[in-house]
Amino acid sequence: MSAIADQVALAAGEQQPGRFRILMRTRPEIVLAPALLVVILASWEYGVRWLAVPSYILPPPSSILIALWRGLNEGLFSRGGYWLHAGVTLWEVLIGFFIGSGVGLLLGTIISQFRILEATLRVYIVAIQSLPKIALAPIIVLWFGFGLTSKVVIICLLTFFPLLVTSMAGFKAVDVERLELMRSLGANSWQIFWKVRLPSALPYIFAGLDMAAVFAVVGAVVGEFVGAQRGLGTLILSMNSQMDTAGTFSVFIILALVGVVLHKGLRLVERRLLFWSGDGVRMIGS
Amino acid sequence: MDVAAGGRPTLDHPSAPTGAERASDDIIEISHLEKIFTTVRGERIHALHDISLSVREREFVTIVGPSGCGKSTLLKILAGLLPATAGSVRLAGTKVDRPRKDIGIVFQNPVLLPWRTVLDNVMLPAEVQFLPRAAMLARSRELLKMVGLEEFEDKYPMELSGGMQQRASISRALVHDPNILLMDEPFGALDAMTREQMNLDLQRIWLEAGKTVILITHSIPEAVFLGDRVVVMTPRPGRVLRLVDVAIPRPRPIDLMGEPLFGRLTGEIRRLLYGRGGHDLYLSAGGIA
Repeated sequence: MSAIADQVALAAGEQQPGRFRILMRTRPEIVLAPALLVVILASWEYGVRWLAVPSYILPPPSSILIALWRGLNEGLFSRGGYWLHAGVTLWEVLIGFFIGSGVGLLLGTIISQFRILEATLRVYIVAIQSLPKIALAPIIVLWFGFGLTSKVVIICLLTFFPLLVTSMAGFKAVDVERLELMRSLGANSWQIFWKVRLPSALPYIFAGLDMAAVFAVVGAVVGEFVGAQRGLGTLILSMNSQMDTAGTFSVFIILALVGVVLHKGLRLVERRLLFWSGDGVRMIGS
Repeated sequence: MDVAAGGRPTLDHPSAPTGAERASDDIIEISHLEKIFTTVRGERIHALHDISLSVREREFVTIVGPSGCGKSTLLKILAGLLPATAGSVRLAGTKVDRPRKDIGIVFQNPVLLPWRTVLDNVMLPAEVQFLPRAAMLARSRELLKMVGLEEFEDKYPMELSGGMQQRASISRALVHDPNILLMDEPFGALDAMTREQMNLDLQRIWLEAGKTVILITHSIPEAVFLGDRVVVMTPRPGRVLRLVDVAIPRPRPIDLMGEPLFGRLTGEIRRLLYGRGGHDLYLSAGGIA
């Protein structure tokens, strides 16, 4: 590890310190983070076996992986496999996310351009934002049925507010000096909006989109719990009723993957648009 | 101070046109300007009182005064960003009542847009005012060259030092070819050495570009080094205490700051600022001078 050790190694005739050693000194997490995962999975596997925990309480990782493998090996349109259900859930998530956050962003933008509108609506927005909207899921399913629509509505409801609130905050936080600069140049409101206000609000908007992506997956699963014929949520319910805990965990892995893919997709766009933002730079580094 | 506020010293500057038809040369005419702010609580703050000042074309006027004397307010009124309570400001013969396109402003902070390259930042006024793009690109590059940033046009502001950012903002203020350049403590955030270099550069840019400049500063040496005339202001309500002529030929070298004449002028201004109001006068320039 230490420099002295390296020098000794060099003196002993080694050409240069090994790749592994350099890696350990500069980016130890690349080695240590996967190592930790292996340790956790191994102790889970052997702990469960050793303590003879029934697999319907806590299955060992190996049987979760087997369940995952089996689910993925089914045909694309098989009701027993994961592909169909994952596709349905992903579809709901994408439609709901784009409509919900799009409308939230649009309204947040419009509201924040007019001071009277913002002052009037602020109380209600804050009040509604603090409500647990997910609790409305049963009513929404009652209204819109077991199909795609009810899930999309639930997701819209959940993703709408993060964007509304963050975009309003973003437009409010625009640096006064930048606005003064634009005014001093004789810019009109339209130019000020496109050249300064919108780009300045983008970091906030992306924070909202990140939040909305998580809520979208939650909304889809809860909607499917309440009432649906397809989707990963229904799959979890039916597996749970059959005490197929390993299966349930394997579906959870699929859901996690959906969340990660959404998050990564957003990051990709964010890096292109927000390369100039300090936050953006930090996130690229991480 | 009343005498000083009214009467205009007659002195020929190497840079200024001959004083013969001076009335027509006055590009900035401020007469009996008043500014009173009303706070949210209903308090009235008298920021500026009876300011009268005329500035010749291509003249470099610096304004010094204690913190809170309304220097920045005065500049914002000149820029058309704030309305005056009474009195009038005329630029090139027309009354100022809104932001106008024949002035360029340099703020204390560079205020560059971080998502635009240096070149695109300089182009901003041209875009906003729908000036022909090709010609303006050429002019922007020329201005960047003048401030020594020609190799940085594709960089982003965060990749530049504070001094370089302020240079870029000076280029931006000049790109739409305004007659008048207003500068609000442009070098206040820079370290002492960068600041001296910027003073030299600004003098050169001014000599090359031939603009009328009003520069606000809280540094007395900076005011004397750069100004054809120095306007000394009182604490709130801000008034013109004295107009001090700086009859030193251009280009002025930085060594000037060690000369007796320079010391005499800065000393005189310092006495003016400290002499009145005595202990209740908070003078931010005291630390620097």
